[in-house]
Amino acid sequence: MAAPGSDIRRYPGFLPITILCLVMLYAPLIIVMIYSFNDSRSITSWGGFSLRWYEEVFFGLEAAKFKVAALNSLFIAVMAGITSTVLATAAALAMIRGGSFRGKPASFALINLPLMVPEIVTAVATLIFFSTIGFTRGVATILVAHIVFCIPFAYLPIAARLQGIESVYEQAAMDLYASRAQAFWQVLMPLMLPGIISGFLLAFIISLDDFIITNFVKGAGVETLPTAIFGAVKQGIKPNIMALSTLMLLISVIFVTISYFVGKSGAKSSQ
Amino acid sequence: MAGALNPGGGGAASGVFGALRGWLLAPSLIVIGFFLLAPVCMMLIYSFLTKDFRGGVIWEFSLAAYDQFIFDRGLFGDEPPKIEWIYITIFWRSIWQAAIATILCLVIGFPTAYFIATRPAATRTVWLFLVTIPYWVNLLIRTVSMKFLIRDTGPLNEWLIQFGVIDTPIHVINTNIAVQLGLFYSYLPFMVLPIYASVERYNFALSEAARDLYASRWTTLREVLLPTVKPGIVAGCILVFVPSLGAFLAPDLLGGAKTFMIGSLIEEQFKGNAGNWPFGAAASMILLTVVLIVLMIYARQQSRAEERGH
Repeated sequence: MAAPGSDIRRYPGFLPITILCLVMLYAPLIIVMIYSFNDSRSITSWGGFSLRWYEEVFFGLEAAKFKVAALNSLFIAVMAGITSTVLATAAALAMIRGGSFRGKPASFALINLPLMVPEIVTAVATLIFFSTIGFTRGVATILVAHIVFCIPFAYLPIAARLQGIESVYEQAAMDLYASRAQAFWQVLMPLMLPGIISGFLLAFIISLDDFIITNFVKGAGVETLPTAIFGAVKQGIKPNIMALSTLMLLISVIFVTISYFVGKSGAKSSQ
Repeated sequence: MAGALNPGGGGAASGVFGALRGWLLAPSLIVIGFFLLAPVCMMLIYSFLTKDFRGGVIWEFSLAAYDQFIFDRGLFGDEPPKIEWIYITIFWRSIWQAAIATILCLVIGFPTAYFIATRPAATRTVWLFLVTIPYWVNLLIRTVSMKFLIRDTGPLNEWLIQFGVIDTPIHVINTNIAVQLGLFYSYLPFMVLPIYASVERYNFALSEAARDLYASRWTTLREVLLPTVKPGIVAGCILVFVPSLGAFLAPDLLGGAKTFMIGSLIEEQFKGNAGNWPFGAAASMILLTVVLIVLMIYARQQSRAEERGH
């Protein structure tokens, strides 16, 4: 063989397809971003650069509605993120460090159940549940529903991280007369932290992202950003929606980038 | 899973946190059990109840919901039942649309995943990061962006006309193709990631051996690489197919009345004018059953493949 290694791995045409893939993934987002700076009232023709639609998002007619929706979204995402991360961390400790026990496969299946049930089915089931027990729908019902489907998303990176940490650390701490709580808070917890942060960010973004379940369990008049945007888009895509979308898009990208670098530094420190 | 080969776990069979595991595990299991498992069971009960005209149900046993799904009894119910094709067609269309979206994702996703997995380690993570970023952008926003791009008067048609490629706009929005494109766009990273993971683990000495034995590049791909990374491909297909099947946003925003899918049918029973909760619950149960069957077949094959591996 002439050049081993790279030659054997290469397939002609795979690079163009990869580039096509990235173009398809990014083109719609970049075009919406560009058009959000369009000065023209018509969303089709380009009328020069302007920030007027951003101004409209913050100070326009619908600004108050979007502000309330954004605060709702943020509150729910932070609360659901924290709660599900705490629950998932405890569950990961039991699953990964709890030895083998009866019901472990069943517990694993239950934790991952929200990933297996299609979103629309979860939405229907939760709506039926709350309406049967006579719970008024509102921010609280959205929050409970979000905590449930955020648990497996927080669990995955935390459990993966914990699996990568050998159990000798906490055993050494225990041998040196640390209590179980000390072994956790002072030894294991710092090692797990990158996984916990990724888990929280994942849960936070997943909660912020959700439309279907929120749409079912929200009460009348209660809106989160996705449901408010969906309502607005039903009447046609307006430039201020594109500006709002661009802002949300940037927030997501910033969060994912942070999560990426946290994960990277975590991977380095564990080596 | 990997708990079986827990390093250092030989001596302490139940680990440092073994004594506490009940307390640690209980909160998650109770929350999911109470707010998801119990609701799903309740949904099953609802699908056998009688509908109330103002939404909600009357607590009386009835098979009307499933009957409505499958049979047409005419306006007054006294005609001999015929098969009702409307809902079966919607279901079949959902499966079909999800399957096409899965194939699209595979055709684009496999070469992409392969290409990324064969990059040097340093650039690999950057490529991978680039592919995953769009997934983290709000699904609603991505779907709206796609709608904006492919509208009849959208930028894509505008440019194609401007550069003289076409004379009249290509009509894509509100067609099956638009929905497939939307589903493809929604779930493409789900295809790339598992395939990437299995290609990354692939031992290229196998390809080398095949090439030394005079297999062509594409024969090597087909006969050696593909069978080895098949688990990753199957996982990717399931991760795309399952959410596509019950998708709501892509068919609702990009499709029209002719592209109605199961997600929209269910939504209409609860949020829309139809207001038939037992029927919505029955349709959800049928969707859930199909998904669980797919997942069970997958799990069984997976465990069989593992048995063969050891």
